[in-house]
Amino acid sequence: MRLARGHVLIGINDEALLAGARGVEAALRIALDENGLADEIEVIQTGDLGAAGQGVVLSVYPDGVVYARVGLSDIAEIVSEHLLKGRPVERLRLQGATAPSGATRKKPRIVLENCGVIDPSSLEQAIGVGAYSAMAKIVEASISPSGVIDIVKASGLRGRGGAGFPTGLKWSFTAAGDEKYIICNADEGEPGTFKDRLILEGDPHRLIEGMMIAGYAVGASKGYIYVRGEYALSIERLQGAIDAARDVGLLGGHVLESGFAFDVEVKKGAGAYVCGEETSLIESMEGKRGYPRLKPPYPGAVGLWSKPTVVNNVETLANVPPIILHGSDWFRTFGTEKCPGTKVFTILGHVEKPGLVEAEMGTTLQTIIDEYGGGVKDGKAFKGALIGGAAGAFVCPDCLDKPMDFDGLQELSAVLGSGAILVFNEDASIVEMLDGILAFFKHESCGQCVPCRAGTRALKAIMGRIRDGEGEARDLDMLVEIATAMQAASLCPLGQSVILPITTALKHFKPEFEALIN
Amino acid sequence: MKELLERYPATTEYMLDMLHDLQDAEPKNYLKPEALQAVADYLSVPTSDVVSTATFYTMYSLKPRGKHVIRLCESPPCQLVGAESLLDILGEHLNVQVGETSEDGVFTLETASCLGVCGVAPAMMIDAELYGNLTKERIVEVIEDVRRRDATS
Repeated sequence: MRLARGHVLIGINDEALLAGARGVEAALRIALDENGLADEIEVIQTGDLGAAGQGVVLSVYPDGVVYARVGLSDIAEIVSEHLLKGRPVERLRLQGATAPSGATRKKPRIVLENCGVIDPSSLEQAIGVGAYSAMAKIVEASISPSGVIDIVKASGLRGRGGAGFPTGLKWSFTAAGDEKYIICNADEGEPGTFKDRLILEGDPHRLIEGMMIAGYAVGASKGYIYVRGEYALSIERLQGAIDAARDVGLLGGHVLESGFAFDVEVKKGAGAYVCGEETSLIESMEGKRGYPRLKPPYPGAVGLWSKPTVVNNVETLANVPPIILHGSDWFRTFGTEKCPGTKVFTILGHVEKPGLVEAEMGTTLQTIIDEYGGGVKDGKAFKGALIGGAAGAFVCPDCLDKPMDFDGLQELSAVLGSGAILVFNEDASIVEMLDGILAFFKHESCGQCVPCRAGTRALKAIMGRIRDGEGEARDLDMLVEIATAMQAASLCPLGQSVILPITTALKHFKPEFEALIN
Repeated sequence: MKELLERYPATTEYMLDMLHDLQDAEPKNYLKPEALQAVADYLSVPTSDVVSTATFYTMYSLKPRGKHVIRLCESPPCQLVGAESLLDILGEHLNVQVGETSEDGVFTLETASCLGVCGVAPAMMIDAELYGNLTKERIVEVIEDVRRRDATS
């Protein structure tokens, strides 16, 4: 086997690809060859290096140096200065960043610990950093399915998709039956959210292992990952990972030579926001329009093909293997009493360093914006933020000290699930943003139930005339009235949650709307 | 068509996959009536079941589209950094409204909800390829690049 004295990781994801990552990689390999370093320094493709909006990102080990916005013209200098002579090229370094493995106790990484560290298309590398060892522990120590559920319950893990329902409890509610299914909801469509995509692209085996453990716990032998049709790279990486795991018997009739059978299949969506709702997703998997079902019964009792089905979000499942491996007490050392663990956020908009963030539950909004996002861009003032995507809530500067966990956000009428934080500076127009959000809902309402179908249209029409300066005095009350009716009468969370951005925008920024009406 | 369909078991579970494949195989990027009929026959379900599914999802089209489908993201993170004006520029450059195909049959202009690449907003997809950090100038360049690539291939 060949040993290298150093490794250069190049982040390959959609963003890096469109910034020219393939060309940079090729140039790097040529330059290493020319400098006689090809045998000493290994170039490895990996997933996202956690620096969105930074173009092509390279991370050099063992030094732990991260370079951002690397272009073809920078390669010669990186190779001759840093890799040959050991002097990092300061002008290209991403300030304040350490390589992902440099996660500190202050900024721990659980879900993303391997993203940007391993080559996601290599099963060997994934195993090298511990993939499938949680499942191996279950098999070796003969932990029973109910034992697994107990560990997850004790960890306090709550669903990372939306409402934050306790995961262990959800598993324990799964009805008895011969045939059951595990579905991973990777239909990530909430505007401003791409955390799940980066987990899928950066560490697909982590997700497969999480599903395997969930399957073992509830007695399901078939898992599906429903991925948005737009996520081409995620689908490719997942399929590759599943094939590799199947080839060596990690998936199939005898997982790790045990009596437990489990296999996973990828399902590709076709563009419908509402399919992120679990029952719509199930309908879609059955080949139908993605219309939500009436609940109850919940999927745990009547799910895919009417069989008991557990639907979990990507990030939730990615938390499961480390919990099994290190125990529930370990997991509880992170985050807060009621919301243990970490949360993956995407921080966007008017910040210096937009991108992906994994922070402990309970971290304040201020800390996330300043320490992870680098503060408001160009030194402008913080006006507010939209938390949780379109079905999220607007917050104002008074909310900066609120802890970002399920309970802290409930006080702000926001939901944590999607983890999207869109930051606005003083120049942003909240009126324009709300108009955009209502246009989004009008487009994405599936049309099945009347309150949502008619309500989203009416809301957009009223908001449009306010925006154009043709609004009437009663229009603001009308918005709230219609959204309130929708909240009460709509079939699924899509129609029920339109009220969140409306009431929070009016609560914090009403004068901005009134100025256009008077 | 038969060949594409037979790669899947004949259950509705694979209907979305079949529709994707048949649409991708059609140069005009749409689902022909014959394709929908073929899926219905293969799955032994009423044709209306297939049409009902195909008309629900935004990635499928029952109308012929251009050789390339542009999907400009118009979600809040892109909107915040100017996606709306980019839509006007694209419309003007191609002389089309949203949903229409350019006269030469090359581009269809569509808008999309969040494409999940908000780190490089504003963004768009042309077919399966992503383009980010778009500006007024760059968006026209991208379109012309695609034209040039077509001309040389």
